Amino acid sequence: MDGEAILEYTDLSQLLSVLHGYGYTVIGPTLRDGAIVYDEVETLADFPVGYTDVQDAGTYRVARRTDDAVFGYTVGPHSYKQFLHPAVVSLWEATRTDGEMTIRTTPAPGAKYAFLGARSCELHALAVQDRVLYQGAYPDPVYAAVRESLFIVAVNCAHAGGTCFCVSMGTGPHATSGFDLSLTEVQGEGAHYFVVEVGSERGGEIFRQVPHRAANADESAAAERVVAEVAGQMGRTLDTDDLRDMLYRNLEHPRWEEIERRCLSCGNCTLVCPTCFCTTVNDVTDLSGQHAERVRTWDSCFTADFSYIHGGSVRASVRSRYRQWMTHKLASWIDQFGTAGCVGCGRCVTWCPVGIDITEEVRGIRLTDGALSGQP
Amino acid sequence: MDVSPTDLVGHGFLKGMAGEQLAALATCGAGYRSYAEGEFICREGANADEFHLIEHGLVALETTAADRRSLVMVTLEGGEVLGWSWMFPPYRWYFDARAVAATRTLALNGALVRAACQNDPQLGYELTRRIARVVIERLQATRLHALDLYNTHPPRK
Amino acid sequence: MIERTDPWIPESYHIVKTWREIPDTFTMELKPTDGREIPRFASGQFNMLYVFGVGEIPVSISGDPSQRGILTHTTRAVGAVSRALCDLKEGAVVGVRGPYGSHWPVAEAMGKDVVIAAGGLGLAPLRSAVREIVAARERFGKVSVLYGARTVEDILFRRELEGWRARFDLDVYVTVDHADAAWRGSVGVVTRFVARAAFNPEQVVAMVCGPEVMMRYTARELEKCGVVDDAIYLSMERNMKCAVGLCGHCQFQQFFVCKDGPVFAYHRVKSLLAKGEI
Repeated sequence: MDGEAILEYTDLSQLLSVLHGYGYTVIGPTLRDGAIVYDEVETLADFPVGYTDVQDAGTYRVARRTDDAVFGYTVGPHSYKQFLHPAVVSLWEATRTDGEMTIRTTPAPGAKYAFLGARSCELHALAVQDRVLYQGAYPDPVYAAVRESLFIVAVNCAHAGGTCFCVSMGTGPHATSGFDLSLTEVQGEGAHYFVVEVGSERGGEIFRQVPHRAANADESAAAERVVAEVAGQMGRTLDTDDLRDMLYRNLEHPRWEEIERRCLSCGNCTLVCPTCFCTTVNDVTDLSGQHAERVRTWDSCFTADFSYIHGGSVRASVRSRYRQWMTHKLASWIDQFGTAGCVGCGRCVTWCPVGIDITEEVRGIRLTDGALSGQP
Repeated sequence: MDVSPTDLVGHGFLKGMAGEQLAALATCGAGYRSYAEGEFICREGANADEFHLIEHGLVALETTAADRRSLVMVTLEGGEVLGWSWMFPPYRWYFDARAVAATRTLALNGALVRAACQNDPQLGYELTRRIARVVIERLQATRLHALDLYNTHPPRK
Repeated sequence: MIERTDPWIPESYHIVKTWREIPDTFTMELKPTDGREIPRFASGQFNMLYVFGVGEIPVSISGDPSQRGILTHTTRAVGAVSRALCDLKEGAVVGVRGPYGSHWPVAEAMGKDVVIAAGGLGLAPLRSAVREIVAARERFGKVSVLYGARTVEDILFRRELEGWRARFDLDVYVTVDHADAAWRGSVGVVTRFVARAAFNPEQVVAMVCGPEVMMRYTARELEKCGVVDDAIYLSMERNMKCAVGLCGHCQFQQFFVCKDGPVFAYHRVKSLLAKGEI
């Protein structure tokens, strides 16, 4: 297919049907418990049509829009990592008989997902997780199984959230790659349609089965305007100039102590972060003692146990745990994986119960670059 | 016996010291001492009228516990200096020093060294500096020692 | 879909022999249950050892890398898993994943003097290196082994240390922190022996393993003797759980100790070691 195409609002459900026809479990935004989350969607009715979200440091509210926008909000507490890198997963099961031990990989659920409504920051988060869990020397089999059958329908944001800073991180708002199809929602003067870009052969194959027509120049221009406007509406900014080295040379900055006074070390930021990948494992047995299982769960660098070695926790203070988290996202991640671990989605800012704002903390450190904490 | 500057020149503690200073120290020499394994070089509380440049051997600095068991704090070897109680009143040994293995030392008379330093402040400075260095190294080692680094049951942080 | 080996799956091994070395430390010799050779490893690497239903811990390999028939591990019984491991009898089955991580620069040390400095259990991963060096002794310059233990009873591999000391081509210094008069050896911290060891500071490789503080101060003593910081190697301890850089627990700023370490050239970690809580 050449150029962009138009998918009418009324035909969006056709796209859903085709995806279902291909055997995909379609994951889309849906309204639940006062938040827009990601879950299985069957029809357009499952989408939060006419809703938006209002976000700021430590606050999140869902609100009615005055129109019927399907994607008129940004990102909620969920990210796609719960599907690719599940919060709880069995890695293997073992049996013991007559002094022998047999260990077998727990069969993967084998889910074939289509993500419908993935924002540019989400696609970048996926790319970041790919580097960590998929493209290294030891690809994670759980992640790989889902990743390899993934179909992605991106959506260009038509609205920036109060805690968004993808423009600063170079991760949005325009989805430029990493999708099979991308949609830009356009409304006005009685029209309501999606400008569609095809990003892969598979995307083209699927889209050919959905009613559509070629976009004209005005329609394409309208879509470009939507994205350009959003880029100017970012709720937050983060100066990334020299960021890694700036943080490395400020490991003993007094700001960490100030953060410590507010940080509850609850780990919310790590749970909502679309790139945080840390896990722990629990080895369990059944009552007979002949069956064992290793279960992997998400872990957080904010717990004391996280860095435990014999004798105690390496990061005993909350300040050192926040420092670990933030410097990992914005500095050491670059050394480890060639990219920052932050995509500017703003979730950690929104979902922090005390409203600690990573962009504000970076600004605070930068402002007194080189200051030293009086405490050892 | 007489001690000559050539007896002193090779010892690690005096390495690089000027010839005339070595000569002045040599006049304070009390002679070579040999100690058999187990023999005490000095006893806690006794007069510290000498100190020793250890030529070879192994010397334990120790003290005695209530059950008469000797507790060794540190051992010293050839090239090291034993004793600084001679420097300040009451000039008494603070700990026991015992030869763990056959040991030979070159003993210097503390009172004579003090007098020599009094007469020659440059010698006094040089010797004090060398002793200060030894004290610092031993203190740093003692601090690491006090951390009990290999304790497998440290208090939980 | 591409078939991949699952990095999470341990292999089954039998305990051939297990014994206490010193009060809280034991060694076990393991053999694959299916009779195949053990995977090649390099001195300083570690394996993840799994006790059925209890859990998994990283344990350094203390055996000789040229010995392909048997896998030797030495560790301390201090946590739930290591205690369970210690309690296992000969013939019991354990899971093994590995080997993982970086290794001692034994090949790089050829033609040079070598200083091996170990504290406490730190001798376990260095024993592999010493055995390797002893097996090709003529290819190295002067070799010194400095070892510090807490008490005389805590001296690990005592018989082997005595064997090394009896050789004319190894300088072995053993010191303890606490002793009574029955001990005929040195008392004092191991860092004091660095200056006494004979080596050419411009042609030496130093391998240091022990508690972090001991390693830091040993490295500083080596530097005081004129050894450059990229000729000094340390083995770091962090909370290694997955061993393949996926779980995040062992991070040490930009490093994953499990895959970038555990053995690091000192110059790479020097500034971090001084900071604390990294």
